[in-house]
Amino acid sequence: MALRQTKEDATTARLEGCSLPEGGSWATAARKSALARLQDMGLPTRRDEYWKFTRPDTLTSSEVPRAAVFDPKDEPPVFDAIDRLKIVFVDGVFDPEASDDLAMAGVKIERLEHAAESDIHWAKELYGKLETNGQTPVQRPLAAMNTAFATDGLIIHVTKKAARPISLIYNHGSDDSDVLLHHVIKVEPGAELTVLENGPAAARFNKVMEVEVCDGAAFHHVRAQGRDHERRAVTHLFGRLGAESTFKSFTLTANGVLTRNEVVLEMIGDDSVAHVAGAALGDGDFHHDDTIFITHDAVNCESRQVFKKVLRNGATGVFQGKILVKAGAQKTDGYQISQALLLDGDSQFLAKPELEIYADDVACSHGSTTGAIDEEALFYLKSRGVPETEAQDLLVKAFLAEAIDEIENEEISEDLTARLEGWLVRRRG
Amino acid sequence: MAVFEDVDVKEGVDQETVEAVQSLSGKYKYGWETDIEMEYAPKGVNTDIVRLISGKNEEPEWMTEWRLSAFARWEQMEEPTWAMVSYPTIDFQDIYYYARPKSMEVKPKSLDDVDPKLLATYAKLGIPLKEQMILAGVEGAEGAPAEGRKVAVDAVFDSVSVGTTFQEELKKAGVIFCSISEAIREHPELVKKYLGTVVPASDNFYATLNSAVFSDGSFVYVPPGVRCPMELSTYFRINAENTGQFERTLIIADKGSYVSYLEGCTAPKRDVAQLHAAVVEIIIEEDAEVKYSTVQNWYPGDENGVGGIYNFVTKRADCRGDRSKVMWTQVETGSAVTWKYPSCILRGNESQGEFYSIAIANNMQQADTGTKMIHLGKKTKSRIVSKGISAGKAQNTYRGLVSMHPKAKDSRNYTQCDSLLIGDKCGAHTVPYIEVRNNSSRVEHEATTSKVDDEQLFYCRQRGMDEEEAVALVVNGFVKDVLQALPMEFALEAQALVAISLEGSVG
Repeated sequence: MALRQTKEDATTARLEGCSLPEGGSWATAARKSALARLQDMGLPTRRDEYWKFTRPDTLTSSEVPRAAVFDPKDEPPVFDAIDRLKIVFVDGVFDPEASDDLAMAGVKIERLEHAAESDIHWAKELYGKLETNGQTPVQRPLAAMNTAFATDGLIIHVTKKAARPISLIYNHGSDDSDVLLHHVIKVEPGAELTVLENGPAAARFNKVMEVEVCDGAAFHHVRAQGRDHERRAVTHLFGRLGAESTFKSFTLTANGVLTRNEVVLEMIGDDSVAHVAGAALGDGDFHHDDTIFITHDAVNCESRQVFKKVLRNGATGVFQGKILVKAGAQKTDGYQISQALLLDGDSQFLAKPELEIYADDVACSHGSTTGAIDEEALFYLKSRGVPETEAQDLLVKAFLAEAIDEIENEEISEDLTARLEGWLVRRRG
Repeated sequence: MAVFEDVDVKEGVDQETVEAVQSLSGKYKYGWETDIEMEYAPKGVNTDIVRLISGKNEEPEWMTEWRLSAFARWEQMEEPTWAMVSYPTIDFQDIYYYARPKSMEVKPKSLDDVDPKLLATYAKLGIPLKEQMILAGVEGAEGAPAEGRKVAVDAVFDSVSVGTTFQEELKKAGVIFCSISEAIREHPELVKKYLGTVVPASDNFYATLNSAVFSDGSFVYVPPGVRCPMELSTYFRINAENTGQFERTLIIADKGSYVSYLEGCTAPKRDVAQLHAAVVEIIIEEDAEVKYSTVQNWYPGDENGVGGIYNFVTKRADCRGDRSKVMWTQVETGSAVTWKYPSCILRGNESQGEFYSIAIANNMQQADTGTKMIHLGKKTKSRIVSKGISAGKAQNTYRGLVSMHPKAKDSRNYTQCDSLLIGDKCGAHTVPYIEVRNNSSRVEHEATTSKVDDEQLFYCRQRGMDEEEAVALVVNGFVKDVLQALPMEFALEAQALVAISLEGSVG
């Protein structure tokens, strides 16, 4: 098989000169097994069905595509006004100077680097484990690569309701940085945590976050993927949801030559709730891919996927969403909507909203629509004296509102709405 | 039906639907076989077999070469594995690729000369091979106009066409309707011009195999401006054991013409699975219209999944001309494994493609079916309505593609697919691909309820229905319309299906 051989060769070439990081026994075992998984799967190619709409070559190439560091000028960073615990990474390396003390009541924060040195650690039960579960039925070789080679990241153990969000800030320092970050988060029964993420991180960024949300616990995740246009990113968010737990994730993406965000959730406890949402604004040389896989493996769980993309000047939006309802996962309520607003004739939206259902007493819906701005609505606004550009912006905001509404925290949602407006204003300029 | 007795059907699923599914997938009525002397080509496939089939059909050299080049390509290809179906590996060298009743060795001059056993086979299947009106009152013909109507039939038995009715009458209208083997001999210029232009010989594993070894099938040419005076149909019967059936259908609707074409198929009950790999190509020129209806009723295997037909079929229509139109209607109740995606290439400006499908899978059946709508021309329109019902331990997948090319300005697509599960041991899956590359087109995949025709909705609501009821009525009523429009041969199946409602769908 020619394809198999090509993959093997490409994987060998990519891994040339890479060696597994040193560590304690649990971390070494986890990394070795991840490397074996990666070598078995091979790195993705354009011919992989799961990469049909997004070219993986710049994510897998041995050479890092350069990305100039973006200068935000005097624009205030996102989440700046929010009371939070800041943890800063520069090109994937923890920056203690810029970070707050890693201390908060009910929350223990460690660095992967340190946790991996010990021979025994609770993270053993999660590190690479949720990633492994997420490798079937669809392979995610870039996540396995991350588990094998990541040296930094955070190991967070939450035992109570965290008073403030943990805010992860990924700064970009050099124009050829190639970064792997791996976080592991465990939210114990009844505990709650909000994680914020922002920043471009590196020229090429590969991030994995594994999150165990135990019975009755809640995990909130809000991410703003920066204005830094030239960076490339592939992120994987693996989640496992216990009974009556809540998992909510929202991502706002503006610009970025290549972004692929994968979210892979297993709902193993009854009555759990998972919401995954995103709004993306793309202009020109922009490629944004949301790939979501939610597995219902318990009774009476609810999942929602709400993704909206506004695309112009030849931008490309991709949505691959899947709801898998396993046999016995009765009373599942699955909802999935993906919509694109194409502001001109050069942009494109490619979608695969998928369902796989093995239980008969469930309701799953999957809608997907693509089209231009509604001319009638535009006309209506103009006839009432709203100038054309403002009318367009209004309609764009209205279009994105359903996704933005998925953010529970109002302060955060307002902050992100302001970013959105910034994008619209710049777009005019 | 035993299989349904121990199944809890979830609340909300219409009882009538359950019964209709039971009756459709109950005892297989067409499982008997005809005891007839056959001649076979040696088992397996190689260039000798390809030449032998070509020779049996007395084909010109160019056709033999075409087949051989397809075969050479096929040998380089790998069997596709992406469909959500699983079955034991097929040994392509353990199949007879050519099986012909001995009595067909000398081609009968007319239907009167056809072996009575063959005629009796079709009579038993309810397929008229006599040139007579089909009268109202015949079983299954309820709802037919009282004056009766004519349907021309091409009957394919294993590897050969045994006869085509009404040829003379069709000829008067200028319509050519014959077996494809006859067309290759009698109308080589048409076959050469169109064969393989919609489904190239290199298209996919099964289509390429078909290109190499197809033994017979039907050919239709409707000349410009002609409305075909009767419905045309092909009835495929697999009878011989261990044979594969590879038929090829080529339909050409020239400018401004119209034809409605029906396809039926059955096979005996056997405990060894049999392969059926067909190719259907349709070419539709300017302002022409083709309706293609299928009731696929191949033997589905028994309740343990033993035997049955593997139905791996490539069907594609090319709307070449402006304002051309194609409508695929399929009712899939048979086959152990189905792999079938009747597609529309909407090349002409303002061309239209429609796909209506009801797929019912019971016991161990697996169906992976859907359509592709490829919008290339401006102001092209497509509509997909797909209903999948699974019962027993069956798996039913809708797989589809809607593609709007950059030049397909102002085009529209509307897709609705529903799935219903009867019992908790079966599965229903949806794998739609949507690719939109321009912004003046609108694509809606199972969008909000308001996307159903607003006027119809308004009408229903005005009469006191709530929105959900109104949508259900519009969507189901729509399918019923399609079913009732199915040609009379399919009236029995259609009437059973009319009872089906998708209330209680899972997704």
